Amino acid sequence: MEAAMGLMRRMPPRHSETALSALLSLLPHNSSDLLSQVDLPLQVLSDDDSGKRFILCEYNRDADSYRSPWSNKYHPRLEDAPYPSSKLRQLEIEANDIFTVYCDQYYEGGISSVYMWEDDNEGFVACFLKDGSKTGQGRRGYLEEGTWDAIHVIEVGPEEETTRYCLTSTVMLSLTTDDVSSGTFSLSGSIRRQMNMNLPVADGHLCNMGKMIEEMEGKLRNSLDQVYFGKTREMVCTLRPPSEVLPMRLPDS
Amino acid sequence: MAEEEETELSDDQKKGIAKWFLVNAPAGEIQYVSKDLKLVLNDDDVYNEAASEAFPVYNKSHLISLKMPGGFGDVLVTSYGELQDNEYLDPKTAQVAIVDHVKQACTKVRPATDEELPSAYVEEYRCALEAEILKYVAEAYPKGSSSVYCTNGKDVEEPGSDFDLVVVIAAARLSPQNFCNGSWRTIWNIEFKDDIQKLELNGKLLVGAHYFEEGNVQLDTKHECRDSTMFQSPDDTAISVANLIRRHETAYMASLEESYFKLSDNTFKDLRRKLPITRTLFPWRSTRQFSLKREISEELGIGK
Repeated sequence: MEAAMGLMRRMPPRHSETALSALLSLLPHNSSDLLSQVDLPLQVLSDDDSGKRFILCEYNRDADSYRSPWSNKYHPRLEDAPYPSSKLRQLEIEANDIFTVYCDQYYEGGISSVYMWEDDNEGFVACFLKDGSKTGQGRRGYLEEGTWDAIHVIEVGPEEETTRYCLTSTVMLSLTTDDVSSGTFSLSGSIRRQMNMNLPVADGHLCNMGKMIEEMEGKLRNSLDQVYFGKTREMVCTLRPPSEVLPMRLPDS
Repeated sequence: MAEEEETELSDDQKKGIAKWFLVNAPAGEIQYVSKDLKLVLNDDDVYNEAASEAFPVYNKSHLISLKMPGGFGDVLVTSYGELQDNEYLDPKTAQVAIVDHVKQACTKVRPATDEELPSAYVEEYRCALEAEILKYVAEAYPKGSSSVYCTNGKDVEEPGSDFDLVVVIAAARLSPQNFCNGSWRTIWNIEFKDDIQKLELNGKLLVGAHYFEEGNVQLDTKHECRDSTMFQSPDDTAISVANLIRRHETAYMASLEESYFKLSDNTFKDLRRKLPITRTLFPWRSTRQFSLKREISEELGIGK
């Protein structure tokens, strides 16, 4: 499995889907690990009932159907599928509503979804997802596109006065420009970070989780800036230091 | 969770997948990919077959540079210099390197035969150009390699016919301990057109970088350009071609910097605000759940 994850870290991000399918076919026994640990660009579906869109991921999937956080129904319809308990479902509904507002405030657009389910340790797991892209068009023939997809998975420990929250966040960022005069330029990929906190349950799960996510996203934004624009650019400048004017040679004649 | 039937992959399918992983490894990382791949594949025969087919493709596309035994310096592994499956001409020293692709090493060296080298007429141009390019590469790239090959018309003995040269420049920076690798490759095809006494240049520039600490971020850029210049004496032509290449590559470097700046300043900042418009953090409340949304909406002044 470690080798498989190693391969995923090296393959070009635009080929992640192909790489994952290849790994799934080579390691069918590890499929559930692979599917839950590898992040692919997010996809969305429309809810039949409300027309609202929701994000597809491993955490709302059963067989080939996906559960909508708005109607709590599987698309396409499925018998005997797992659902969160009604108490958890209430929390999930609230989380979806609030997370939508949060995303609007920070991202001014995009789609969000939250899924929760009970885990084996008397706690539960919540997954907050955000999908969105922006396209800009400058002068004729110049296209700029950016996509920011975020996945935050929080494992919440059994409810005690101070409860343990383990957050794993992945941001998949892709920035590309395609210009007739300067060719194609693509910076894409993902970074992942973790954060664990013990917080008073009296403050409310949503409040605790929300604050953690907000803090993490702020840190990630800085890391992304450093890595995408700092490190890769540093590498390019190391390969060929930008120089003002390299000496031009004149013909001897 | 999924109870799918286990369809066993055929050896051919496994080989195809293995080749795909190897060929798509970023610059300088094929050996790491091959280690992980062997574990995942768990089938040495299939792996070896795949490697023998994939490594040459990877090596040629990444323009890798190998040290030749006997103090002849380095040879570039490229399709332009390929004489046979594992024999690569180094025009600089007129030696042919015998290469083990999977080990990525040069095992032997032999002198090139007359048939493998260009005619004296073409060689004058090739050699003069190579000398200028070597000077340019030494100035512009801290660790660059280059070669100039004749790709067409190598037997042309005198003026009156066309011939083609290709300039290959490759620089790689490998820093696995810093989780960062990068490569710069440029290929300039030059057509010497005798009838119109002009040279047509077609350049392809490819830059890549890979950062993989707690993630996987890759830069992938490509640019093509054209230019032309007069067909002159070997020395004058060499100088003018090298100047052209220098100018275009420097301009490309500047445009890369500009792309970085634009993306960072515009697109990235637009994707996520540092803070909401309220200029405060989101008002998560420490109250019980159910009225949370109403309270927040009120606080943010959102109508409902």
